[in-house]
Amino acid sequence: MENIRNQTKIFFLRILNIPFAFLMHAIDLIMWPIQKIIGVRNMPYIFLLPNLIFFGLFVIIPLGANFFFSLSSGDELLFAERELPTTKQYDQLFDCESYLNPNTCTEDFFWRGVYNTIFFVVFQVGLMIFFSVLTAVILNKKIIGRGFFRSVFFFPVLLSPVVVGLIWQWILLKNGAFNAIIESYGGDKVSFLTDPSWAMASVIFVSIWAHMGFYTLIVLAGLQAIPPNLYEAAEMDGTSRERIFFRITLPLLMPNLLVVFILASIKGVQTFDEIYVLTGGGPGTSTSLIVQYIFTTGFASSGSVQNFGLAAAASMVLGVVLLFLTLMQLYFSRNKESKHQEI
Amino acid sequence: MMNFKFILKAISVALVSFSLTLISAVSFAATDVRIMWYGDGDKENVPIAAQIDEFNAANPDINVILDIVPYDAIMNTLPIQLAAGEGPDIARVTDLGGLNKYYADITPYVADPSYYEKSFGPFLNWYRKPGDTTSIHGFHSTMTVTGPYVNKTLFEQAGVDLLGPGATWEEWAAVSIEVAEKTGTPIPMAWDRSGHRVSGPAISMGAKYFDSNGDPKLVDDGLKAMTQMLYDWHQAGTMSKDLWGSVSGSKYHAPNDWWNAAEVVFMMSGSWQIGRFANEVGDDFDWWAVPAPCGPAACTGMPGGNALLAFNANPAVGKVMDYLSSKEQLSSFIGQVLAIPGHLDLQVDYQTDDPNAKHALNTFAGAVPTIDQVAFDLQAHVDNRIMFNAIISRLGQAIVGEMTMEEAWTRMDEDVEKQLKEKYGG
Repeated sequence: MENIRNQTKIFFLRILNIPFAFLMHAIDLIMWPIQKIIGVRNMPYIFLLPNLIFFGLFVIIPLGANFFFSLSSGDELLFAERELPTTKQYDQLFDCESYLNPNTCTEDFFWRGVYNTIFFVVFQVGLMIFFSVLTAVILNKKIIGRGFFRSVFFFPVLLSPVVVGLIWQWILLKNGAFNAIIESYGGDKVSFLTDPSWAMASVIFVSIWAHMGFYTLIVLAGLQAIPPNLYEAAEMDGTSRERIFFRITLPLLMPNLLVVFILASIKGVQTFDEIYVLTGGGPGTSTSLIVQYIFTTGFASSGSVQNFGLAAAASMVLGVVLLFLTLMQLYFSRNKESKHQEI
Repeated sequence: MMNFKFILKAISVALVSFSLTLISAVSFAATDVRIMWYGDGDKENVPIAAQIDEFNAANPDINVILDIVPYDAIMNTLPIQLAAGEGPDIARVTDLGGLNKYYADITPYVADPSYYEKSFGPFLNWYRKPGDTTSIHGFHSTMTVTGPYVNKTLFEQAGVDLLGPGATWEEWAAVSIEVAEKTGTPIPMAWDRSGHRVSGPAISMGAKYFDSNGDPKLVDDGLKAMTQMLYDWHQAGTMSKDLWGSVSGSKYHAPNDWWNAAEVVFMMSGSWQIGRFANEVGDDFDWWAVPAPCGPAACTGMPGGNALLAFNANPAVGKVMDYLSSKEQLSSFIGQVLAIPGHLDLQVDYQTDDPNAKHALNTFAGAVPTIDQVAFDLQAHVDNRIMFNAIISRLGQAIVGEMTMEEAWTRMDEDVEKQLKEKYGG
């Protein structure tokens, strides 16, 4: 009886296999002559081809188009109708009497964006690393509800930046929840989003809240990779907790912190959506970063000239910064891998 | 054998029938006409959707598709779609001259071109390219006039009389502050964050906007006087920095939330708010439209409005335009949305019992003849948005302390010059 059941099973499996076998043979019919022509060694390129086509279509070609746009001028969208080639856009971007004073630059909005981005990245990344390490160290301890707290800190990462912006706008507005609490304790309302001295601090805080969970996770993974016997040995030697942290934990976490630093810097330079929803880049231009400048110049000029060339030139500059940061990340991560291999 | 022949015949007959059905379906398929429409909430969207449904029911050969989009999409997405050769057949537009290179001439496809000239004559030039005096691209959906509203209830509570025609901007600011102080209202004065809104008062202060050749020349003593006044009001707390400070660049922002919450005494906006106020303020307080305050040169608001303009010319588009611009449809639409008609000869039965709305409609309709010629010229100019945006973005920066007013004025002129160079070369 068992034998009959097995044979029936095999029979049905064979029938089910027919379409797959047919498909494989059909693929073989195409692949075989190709392999004959280009050789087995080059076949991986053929398998990569579909992906490369999409990569080219959606990354390489737009990148090239962006480069050509940056070398053209006019308010037309089609290349055939634009003036080409010209370095006018780059000349305009970098035309400054003093780079330290945006008001002396032709494109002062761009330079304000540059300085705001630098300020934002320095403080956001610095504070994010600090709080990520602090949170990860706490979450690495055996506390009650550790799993719950790990999830709680990670949840904001899952939210869309627009949702993050809207939630915090409701909280931080002059008539928002936070000011209601301040007022209920007899305090004066604070313009968190519309006072230039508060606005940048508010967007940095919101950005840290939204992204910290991801970096905490990386640091936590680093903490868990530290061999426990190092801590045991230090405890047996009577080493203080601070010394253990600064002499064991922090040095061994350094490779992870480096990854966090570079990833957070890349993300920080690209920040746009949550700030755009939260403050619109205002008041004035006090929270307007480079990406907002690019978006506004190219696509959201509300009836002014949509300067695609200038926006493209600014994104080329931004691209160079991001390329530098990415190369740094590659260099350090390879360094880390080679050190691991040496160990 | 017989069987096989029969099957073959049956298949052939089925194929031929299928092909014929397909061909006839294609031949008699309704022509799609896509309209990109922004509306001020359901107040405008529901009436237009009802009109489109009615049109589709009466014209089975045309299928009008109404895409209701946010205002931002009209300002920012539509120009890019059009530049890429895409875009709708018709759109409701406010940057009337700015998109004129994309408008299609529908003269051959409308039933009576002279109806458009008679009914919308002065506005047709706002859509045309310079030098063109004959093309028909569409019609004015509603006309608008900028001007202020006051919270009448607050004035009554404060025991302060409303000012009459001829009152100056300084006088209105003074009484608004007085009312705010007496009633504990946080914001004496709030304006839409828009260069268009600033321009009427600036013209009242003597701004000319153009040089003797008719070319844009933004900053002069009149514009300086008005922008300086706005700057001073923000520094003194007459206007709250929270309103204009909540966005950057040339982004539009209306203080409706504060107004609806009765936190504003005097609001500078325009006639398009009537329907919204009637809906949103309701019985909470009395609101009154007041005549445009005066400056040394005039007492004017800015004209404006939105138009339904065609980007494709064909018989179906012509038929849709004829229907929507007809007296019957326009009168019904304007009556429901409580707007000022852009049609020169239209009797409108406004569907409201709200005395505030009725008074506001009379005030704004009465303001049309007092609009200064400079304001009409500015509204009709193809590059007016470049000037409006330069005003608001630089003034916004000065107000929050990023530059002085002197620097802001210099930048305004530079911005206009830079953008015109980019657009026209040179």
